[in-house]
Amino acid sequence: MKTETQTEAGTAVIVARGVHKHYGPIHAVDGVDLDIRAGELFGLIGHNGAGKSTMFKMMLGLIPATAGDIRIDGAQVSGGNFRAVRRTIGYLPENVVLYDNLTGLETLHFFSRLKGVSQAESGAALERVGLAQAARRRVREYSKGMRQRLGFAQALLGKPRILFLDEPTSGLDPEAIRSFYAILRQLRSEGVTMVITSHILAEIQERVDRLAIMTAGKIQASGTVQALREQMDLPLWFTVRTAQADFAAVRAALAHLPVGAIETHADHLTVPCRRENKMAVIEALAALGGRVRDMTVREPSLEDVFFGFSD
Amino acid sequence: MEIKQITTLASKEFWDRIRNRWVLAVALVFTAFALVIAYFGAAQQGSVGFHAIDVTIASLVSLVIYLIPLIALILGFDAIVGERERGSLDLLLSMPITRLEILLGKYFGLAAALTFSTVAGFGLAGIVLSPQLDLDALFHYVGFMFSSVLLGCAFLSLAVMLSVFASDRTRASGLAIALWFFFVLVFDLLLLGALVVTGGQWGGEIFPYLLLANPADVFRILNVFALDDVRTLYGLTTVFPPTLANPWLLGLVMLAWIAAPLGIASWRFRK
Repeated sequence: MKTETQTEAGTAVIVARGVHKHYGPIHAVDGVDLDIRAGELFGLIGHNGAGKSTMFKMMLGLIPATAGDIRIDGAQVSGGNFRAVRRTIGYLPENVVLYDNLTGLETLHFFSRLKGVSQAESGAALERVGLAQAARRRVREYSKGMRQRLGFAQALLGKPRILFLDEPTSGLDPEAIRSFYAILRQLRSEGVTMVITSHILAEIQERVDRLAIMTAGKIQASGTVQALREQMDLPLWFTVRTAQADFAAVRAALAHLPVGAIETHADHLTVPCRRENKMAVIEALAALGGRVRDMTVREPSLEDVFFGFSD
Repeated sequence: MEIKQITTLASKEFWDRIRNRWVLAVALVFTAFALVIAYFGAAQQGSVGFHAIDVTIASLVSLVIYLIPLIALILGFDAIVGERERGSLDLLLSMPITRLEILLGKYFGLAAALTFSTVAGFGLAGIVLSPQLDLDALFHYVGFMFSSVLLGCAFLSLAVMLSVFASDRTRASGLAIALWFFFVLVFDLLLLGALVVTGGQWGGEIFPYLLLANPADVFRILNVFALDDVRTLYGLTTVFPPTLANPWLLGLVMLAWIAAPLGIASWRFRK
């Protein structure tokens, strides 16, 4: 048995092959193949009910797959050496629920005992997620964001090599989201592999190394955000700022180019065009000289890509 | 199986019950009832005050047989289904712990809380009553406490089992009440009804064995047979074969009542 799977760019630590999960007639997960490489931040995105959480639970060994095989570091999560595998994993469930009657510190002490980790790590984990001040307060007094951060601190106990984070930023304010991703960057530099789900696509599009789009239990596409954009072949959008008097000149300059329908706004025009025509459009606009006050090019967002694949 | 995982979970469950004063409240209830029964137990005979311990124990048995199963079922009915419904079970299951260890950790933690409050509650009453107790009576009283603990553990095991089967807490609480009704109120009536309807023709021989199918009856027999003065007060005991009245055998039956529901719960929880 091979313990590691070589993929085109790196060693896969999480490998799923032909994974199905059926609940009666419902196919929650329907033939999923995944390779998640060592040290990458991998995003799993999809609508509610697309099968992300089910896939997560199967990867963690919480529920058995109806068919197919999932391995972490070459080992089956629910197999004989599941304890050893589990000790390398940290998990933050969606809408994490912790024990209200315990303090933040007691919560981490409890989980560190279960993970077989020194309780001394608890203080450092609380510090890392910015909860050191609230360590001795009961979880019942915590806000939703604080609970989420405590859940994250729990996932970090034992310095896991693989982190599963299910909607990790739900309930966090923008400042907390920023510091959350700062911790993820730090973890990535330490070589930790992370799998993250989110439905806030704008938030993860600049942050994940690769992602997979899941709809109706299937992986529709996977790769880097840029690769998916190219695969989807969505238009780029030019925003051309100019005086209304010059709108006609801009339209005339672009008339001979294969661009989409130009939209007129109060102080600018928007011009969709295919990627291969981007430079030609820039040259045509540059030829107008000072009549174009400003110009920006927007790449299709992850949201555009996502809807492109899921529609 | 890793014992450390079981003790980690068990100690959390136990200290939860200490901190929310569940143990204190139940212990005080037991102490208060024991003292009131010891003092007023002979009121029907026209006097109050502390009397023979045998009579006190017999009255306590009648009380405990209602109270302890109810307390144990309330304590354990949401052990698993509660975690599942609140959403904390997934995180627990993602730890390096098996489902059997989770089940046993929960059970032993809750059983420790119930045992502690039973022993503390009746123990305190025992200390207050101790001037009236000779060595023999003390032995019976300790036996009563010990069998109360076993009774509680048996019903706690049933509660944990139904908390694995139930799909939500509401159903689990309904099932818990149904179990209490069945074992504490209905079971004996059914047996007696069967005896009366068949004019004693049916089931005369297997009747004592059927009593073993109810942990509450096993508890009653355990205590009643230990007390010479009381044995005659209970009509049922006249039909009970002395071989079955061996306290060790009855203790074993109680242990089976603890182990079997836990075994079924573990089988179901793994699925």
